[in-house]
Amino acid sequence: MTDKRRADAGNVTYLDHAATTPVRPEVLEAMLPFFAQKFGNPSTLYSVGAAAKEAMNAARAQVAALVGARTQEIYFTSGGTESDNWAVKGAACALREKGRHIIASKIEHHAVLETCRCLEKQGFEVTWLDVDGDGLVSPDHVAAAIRDDPILITVIHANNEVGVVEPIPEIGRIAAQRGVQLHTDAVQSLGKIPVNVDELGCNLLPISAHKIYGPKGIGALYVRKGTRLNKFMHGGDQENRKRSGTSNVAGIVGLGKAAELARLELDDETKRLTALRDRLIDGISASIPDATLSGPRHNRLPNNVHFCFKGVEGEGIILRLDHAGICAASGSACTSATLEPSHVLLAMGRPHEVAHGSLRLTLGRSNTQADVDKVLEVLPKTIEQLRAISPLYATSDQ
Amino acid sequence: MSEQYTDEVMNHFLQPHNVGTIKDPDGVGRVGNPVCGDVMEIQIKVENDRISDAKFRTFGCGAAIATSSVLTDMVKGKRLTEALKITNREVTQALGGLPARKRHCSVLAEEALHSAIKDYRERLRGKIKRGEEPITRCCPDDSCELCQLLAKRSQEIAKKHASEDL
Repeated sequence: MTDKRRADAGNVTYLDHAATTPVRPEVLEAMLPFFAQKFGNPSTLYSVGAAAKEAMNAARAQVAALVGARTQEIYFTSGGTESDNWAVKGAACALREKGRHIIASKIEHHAVLETCRCLEKQGFEVTWLDVDGDGLVSPDHVAAAIRDDPILITVIHANNEVGVVEPIPEIGRIAAQRGVQLHTDAVQSLGKIPVNVDELGCNLLPISAHKIYGPKGIGALYVRKGTRLNKFMHGGDQENRKRSGTSNVAGIVGLGKAAELARLELDDETKRLTALRDRLIDGISASIPDATLSGPRHNRLPNNVHFCFKGVEGEGIILRLDHAGICAASGSACTSATLEPSHVLLAMGRPHEVAHGSLRLTLGRSNTQADVDKVLEVLPKTIEQLRAISPLYATSDQ
Repeated sequence: MSEQYTDEVMNHFLQPHNVGTIKDPDGVGRVGNPVCGDVMEIQIKVENDRISDAKFRTFGCGAAIATSSVLTDMVKGKRLTEALKITNREVTQALGGLPARKRHCSVLAEEALHSAIKDYRERLRGKIKRGEEPITRCCPDDSCELCQLLAKRSQEIAKKHASEDL
C-alpha cells in the first residue's frame, strides 16, 4: 500500500501484538550503550568485554526470573523460531538411539510444526494430537499416545492464533511420570499469564523478546538441568558450549529489561487486558450476526480475541480495517503464502469456508477502552459491507 | 511487481462497482469454491448481442473483489465476442498490476465472465459454442500451484463439456 493511503502512524490502532510489539523506551534506553560504547565481545578477557559479559549475566538472571528458572538454564538464541528448532531437533538428535517417536499437538506454531514435519522426512514418527472444538489438547490423549518410548512431547503453552491456554501442568505431570521430555512454546503466553517452568513441568521452553516489548532477533531457550539436548549451532562454544555465535549483547540486554518489566507488571496488565478483551468479545458477539468466537471464552490469553465471520474472507476484513486505521491479523489463506487456511482452525474442526473468514485482534500495552470502542464502531460496518458483496451470505442468512 | 496492492486495486476494493444481482439475468456464471476461499459470481443482461448490464458478487480477497469490479466495468456495452476476448492480462493492467500470488484472481474473474456468457448462450441455443476453453494457467511457471489448480479445473470443465456434447 502506498504511503499516502497508509493511515497516519499516530492514529493507528495497533491490535496485532501477537505478531510483534514495539520496543519499550526503557528497553531501548538499556540497549543503547551496548552498540557503540560497551561494544566488547563478552567472550574476551579485557574490561570492555567484561562489561558486556556482566550485562549479559544480569539479563540472564532477569529472563530466568520471568519463568522461574535458574540462570544457568537460560540460553540466548536469535528468537522463538530458533529456540523451537533447537529444542525439537536437538532433543530428537540426542535421543535418536533411544527411539524415533515424537508426540506433537496439531496446533503447534509453524516453527514446531514444520520442524516435526522435517523430522518425519528423516525417519522420525510423529503422533499428531487432535484438539477439541476449543483447541484444547486432552492430557488423556497425551497419555494414550505414550505407547512405546517417545523421545519428546511438544504442546504449545498458549496458541498464537486463537489464544487457548493448554493444560500444560497436567501434561507435564504425565510426561514426568513416563520419563518423556516435554517442550512447550511459551512465546505467546509470556508476559500475559504466569509462566513457571516448574509448575508447567517442562524441559524446554522457548522465549522471544519482540513479543514482550523487546527487540526482534533475540530470544532464549530454557533448558532444564539434565535435559538431553544436542547443540544446534556449532562454532565458538558460546553460551556454555551449547549455542555458538557471538552474543547479541544489545539484544540480550533488551530481552533482559523487557523480561524484568513483564514480570513486574504482569498482574496489573493481565487484569487490564482481560477487561478490554471481554468488552471486545461481548461487543462483537452482540453487534455482528453469525460471528463465532474461536477458542474458549475464558481459558484464553488475556489479550486474544479471535472470531470467524460467516460469508466473508479474511483478507478483505484486514484491508478494510487497515483503511480505517486498525491493524489486525487473519488466518485466511489469502493473507498467507499458501492456499490453505489456518491449520489451527482446521484442527478445531472449522470448515474451510469458515476458517477463511477469520479475524485475530491481539491487545497490548498501548490499547485503551477507546481502541475497543473504535473496533466496535468500525468492524460491524466492515463485515456488513463485505457480506453485501458476498454470494455466500444470502439475505435469508441475516 | 510489488507484493502490495495498487491504488487502483484499493479503490475498486473499497468502493466496488456493479455489486449485486440483476433481476431476470440473461446469463449467470459462478466459479471458484468456498473451500479454496474464492467464489465469484457474474450476472449479465444481454441486448442485441451486447452486454447491457453486468453485476457481481464475490467471496474472496481484495484482489478477487477488485478484479470482479473492474471486469464488470470493462464488459458493459461490449459485444459478447469482444467481451470474450478480454484477457486476464488486460484486467490486471486495468488495475495497475496485481501481486504475483494474486494473479489467479484475474483468471477467476475471466472464468466467471466466460461462464456467464456460456450460460446465456446455452439458454439461447441449448448448447455451448466451441472455442471458449477456460484459462489453464496464470503464469508460465510449470511448478506454480495455481496453474496446476487451474489446469485441473479446466480438465474437469472440458470433461463436462464432452459429456454435454454427447
